[in-house]
Amino acid sequence: MMEQAVQTQQSEARHPEAEPPLLEVIQLKKHFPIRKGILSRTVGFVYAVDGVDFHINQGETLGLVGESGCGKSTAGKTILKLIEPTAGQIKVRGKDITRLSKSDMRPYRREMQIIFQDPYSSLNPRMSAGGIVGEPLTIHKIASGKEKQDRVAALFGRVGLRPEHMAKYPHEFSGGQRQRIGIARALALNPNLIIGDEPVSALDVSIQAQVINLLIDLQEEYKLSYLFIAHDLAVVEHISHRIAVMYLGKIVELTDKQTLFTMPLHPYTEALLSAMPIPDPKVKRGKRVILTGDVPSPINPPSGCHFHTRCPYVMNRCKTEVPELREIVPGHWVSCHLHGDTPTWPLAKPAGA
Amino acid sequence: MVETERAVQGRELTGQSVEPSSDKILEIENLHTHFFTRDGLVRAVDGVSYSLNRRETLGVVGESGCGKSVTALSILRLIADPPGKIVDGSIRFEGKNLLDYSESAMQGIRGNEISMIFQEPMTSLNPVLTIGHQISEAIILHQGLSRKEAWNRAIEMLRLVHIPEAQLRVKEYPHQMSGGMRQRVMIAMALSCNPKVLLADEPTTALDVTIQAQILELMLEMQQKLGTAIILITHDLGVIAETAERVVVMYAGKKVEEAEVGELFGMPCHPYTRGLLDSMPRLDVAAEHPPGRVRLKEIEGMVPSLYNLPQGCLFAPRCPYATEQCHAEYPPMEEKRPGHLAACWHSDRLIGEGS
Repeated sequence: MMEQAVQTQQSEARHPEAEPPLLEVIQLKKHFPIRKGILSRTVGFVYAVDGVDFHINQGETLGLVGESGCGKSTAGKTILKLIEPTAGQIKVRGKDITRLSKSDMRPYRREMQIIFQDPYSSLNPRMSAGGIVGEPLTIHKIASGKEKQDRVAALFGRVGLRPEHMAKYPHEFSGGQRQRIGIARALALNPNLIIGDEPVSALDVSIQAQVINLLIDLQEEYKLSYLFIAHDLAVVEHISHRIAVMYLGKIVELTDKQTLFTMPLHPYTEALLSAMPIPDPKVKRGKRVILTGDVPSPINPPSGCHFHTRCPYVMNRCKTEVPELREIVPGHWVSCHLHGDTPTWPLAKPAGA
Repeated sequence: MVETERAVQGRELTGQSVEPSSDKILEIENLHTHFFTRDGLVRAVDGVSYSLNRRETLGVVGESGCGKSVTALSILRLIADPPGKIVDGSIRFEGKNLLDYSESAMQGIRGNEISMIFQEPMTSLNPVLTIGHQISEAIILHQGLSRKEAWNRAIEMLRLVHIPEAQLRVKEYPHQMSGGMRQRVMIAMALSCNPKVLLADEPTTALDVTIQAQILELMLEMQQKLGTAIILITHDLGVIAETAERVVVMYAGKKVEEAEVGELFGMPCHPYTRGLLDSMPRLDVAAEHPPGRVRLKEIEGMVPSLYNLPQGCLFAPRCPYATEQCHAEYPPMEEKRPGHLAACWHSDRLIGEGS
């Protein structure tokens, strides 16, 4: 029953023959070289993003969760080519943009925008709010003069700011209002895809809800696609259609949010879910998995499965063999040796291992 | 050594002499901490009262700027003067008002009887000293142990907070450790003198969820072992729900609600608490709905500027229940249900609606 539901949802979402997805990322890698000594010789690499695959459809939200240092923000910036990828492909509506020059990238930049985490450092303190939101229109030569002013005013209205706010400077706004300015700036060019890099993490709970609701409304209104990067599973669950879980530069599980929550097939996802505090003292959890140890360094990731050093179900095989991200149930991708051709649920070590 | 014993005895004696309130180790009453800035007067803490029982975990929750941290700093008298000043109220620790203590007497309290852990373990550890040095510093100062003994005690403390290879890690510097490890060091340091009260100010906010779970578990384990009473200050209602026994909710420098944790989450009597609970995305609820269908309930508007507070109830401008009375007069703190305090004119309406 459930499998069927997932399947139809998946095929509905994908339009297999019709058109390629809005964004497709294939084996994306970003390795930062570590240079040392007076000759700046490369002595190693930070494997920040190490082979990531996913796609996002028009009007869909893909959540990307993981702990600090797992490479989720680097993945977001690499997709926008704010950082050049080391390897892999980024396709927008089927067109490979990975190797495009700066000027050839420009039309694609209009389509893909970003909202940053910190509303304090992502706005130029010397520009007025109106200037910040209007700048993309000037750069892309879309509007100027009175027309630009009108469009900026309309954007301000849309994100819940008043037109008279346009003349104010960033320091005169609260955190939530600044994030609204960031959203207005991202919307200015009528993008198809917005990458949100922890867009609500720095906000207070009551303001966070306002911004999340705004993002959801804008998505419905403009058929926007979001790549929503965050560490807070509850926020990601709320806003996303599908969710990808990252650990040390790799996606370890990817599926629709209902399935991820009810049937996590990767031990790391299971641990993340059980570590999230639930704001209801009445809820008694079934089994609580508290991971031991820290996230290993991406400079020298563990052999085999990157998660084996903290995994409660670790087997010998995990220490040597890298698990592949496989579609174990239609629409449910997992990289874990616990599962054969069919999922093992609830998670358990196979007998004899 | 003899002196410490005497101190301990003295402490027990005074504990007995104030028998009626002996269950309460810390009582804050009508505390006013104000900041006199160039732009005007900021009433960061404005008439806050709450108490902490022995061995209890009290959660203090509120958004940034609500005064929850300033209250904690006031307890330790760590408010920078100027611009800050505790202008009124009392803070009774084991029956004695800390506000009457001299600065040197306060030093005997800080880190010894009452200690504190902060949100950011990197900025609260000294980067140029080994962690062993930093932990033993407090032990030498307060317990009068020798350097060698204190060093061994530091290793013991690191073992207690489950730092592997403690005898090696004790020689390391803060930058050599991860965020979670540093927070363990902070806890080891805070507990090294066996304090009676631990003030934990957003101790897990800077940490990842899996590490947060480890640290909260560690704090509760330490509480079991050492019998420390904890004030846990956080903005995260999830953390509160899972660790605190009693909760104080603060808004714009005032306490607006106080209750036992199950009661508070089950039947919030203040619209702000109700709003906070409703505006949180819930992991267990979100998963059952398709995205976009369920809007989060928002609290309209934003926290008022402390320079320019509204008349009457401070939450009234954002409150869906607000009436003229709310805009005119600040509501008194009353017991709305057994053991459940709230400052709201309309708690009855909230209770009537059910949770």
